Amino acid sequence: MKLREILPLIEGELLSGNANLDLEVEMGCGADLMSDVLAFTHAGTLLVTGLTNPQVVRTAEMAEIAAIVFVRGKRPPEETIALAEEKGIPLLFSPHTMFEVCGRLYQAGMHGCGRFDL
Amino acid sequence: MEGSRLAQEFTKVQELIYELKIAQVMTRDVITVSPATPLREVKEILRTRRISGLPVVRDHELVGIVSIEDIIKALESDAMDATVGEKMTPNPVTLIADESVVQAVNMFSRYTYGRFPVVDRSGALVGIITAGDITRGLLKAIELDYRQDEISRYRASHIFEDIPSDRTTLVLRYEIKARDFARGGEASSRIKKALTRLNVPPKIVRRVAIATYEAEMNIIIHADVGGYLVADIWPERIRLRAVDTGPGIPDIEQAMQPGFSTAPAWIRELGFGAGMGLVNIKHCADEMILESQAGRGTNLEVNFYLQPDARSGRAEERQGGRSG
Repeated sequence: MKLREILPLIEGELLSGNANLDLEVEMGCGADLMSDVLAFTHAGTLLVTGLTNPQVVRTAEMAEIAAIVFVRGKRPPEETIALAEEKGIPLLFSPHTMFEVCGRLYQAGMHGCGRFDL
Repeated sequence: MEGSRLAQEFTKVQELIYELKIAQVMTRDVITVSPATPLREVKEILRTRRISGLPVVRDHELVGIVSIEDIIKALESDAMDATVGEKMTPNPVTLIADESVVQAVNMFSRYTYGRFPVVDRSGALVGIITAGDITRGLLKAIELDYRQDEISRYRASHIFEDIPSDRTTLVLRYEIKARDFARGGEASSRIKKALTRLNVPPKIVRRVAIATYEAEMNIIIHADVGGYLVADIWPERIRLRAVDTGPGIPDIEQAMQPGFSTAPAWIRELGFGAGMGLVNIKHCADEMILESQAGRGTNLEVNFYLQPDARSGRAEERQGGRSG
């Protein structure tokens, strides 16, 4: 699913500059715990989160997250956007809750990251 | 591998379309004509210069564009004695030089024009752009990018062959400040970049990056005096050490339980300290050794094997179902 297809689904908007909206994401992960993002994702995952601090982008960088959607109408601070632009990770925004955003994406055909046995 | 390589190249082109500015790919030395120029003269310019259109300028102001199509129409209707002003397309659609190439791509798909005049923010004509200019610009950028990438990768990845010794070790050390949450992950980011340049396989780079980041955050969160990260790199192995002289871990077995955490509330609010760090480090690693004494600090050593035959330890442990 392309980012440009995701935006209308979540009634979202793009927050970072120079983002490639044709970027394809195959699977998603919804989490507010960054350790969970590090443990339960694969490279190329779309992260849906309610956290907006720059460590979300750092986490995305390490876990090779493709793009981040901020939910519940939360807008990230400037330093989060700056770091994401430096690392080339597109940031999206949705006014809806985490459950709603994940549900809409799943219904449109996006899947989770599968099971992990830690 | 072929498919993923192709996908990577394709993504690169898409990125470049956004990164490159119109000014970087357009033709700068633009030949212009005035509205009073006879069409015959335009025909000669197009023929001798092998181009397909010209911007029309009056008193330094862009007023139109005249193309080979206009010449053909004039030839058909026997109107070659007309002036440019009579046959040009007035008020041409323009592009702005500091906009990204994606704007130009969009304009070419929206209109049927073969070229767009390029102006600066003050409206002055600075160049002209055709679909050919975009293709050439992209190819040049890809080649440049590829070459720079290859060179830096080649240099770094051959370090072990270029420096003769019985055993060469590359040691990367990073100091970690306590409670410096804002800069948390910078060391891990640099280690990740270094490993990529050393041509370590991407899947291993991701495992090392995740383990390093968890270890770095642990030092920031728990070690009140800070600590350091050291990555020792050999051709067949990466050893990561995270060392601090903080409060130590009184009960390692308990600390290895998923969900066990002593992190303060403010750290949890920031999305960390959920008691998964050590578990996750162990999951990413081929081997993990954790030594700690209450009041004395913590010494974490994590090994990643780069050669398939040296990795059996990890596979066995997985199969045995033992986990932290």
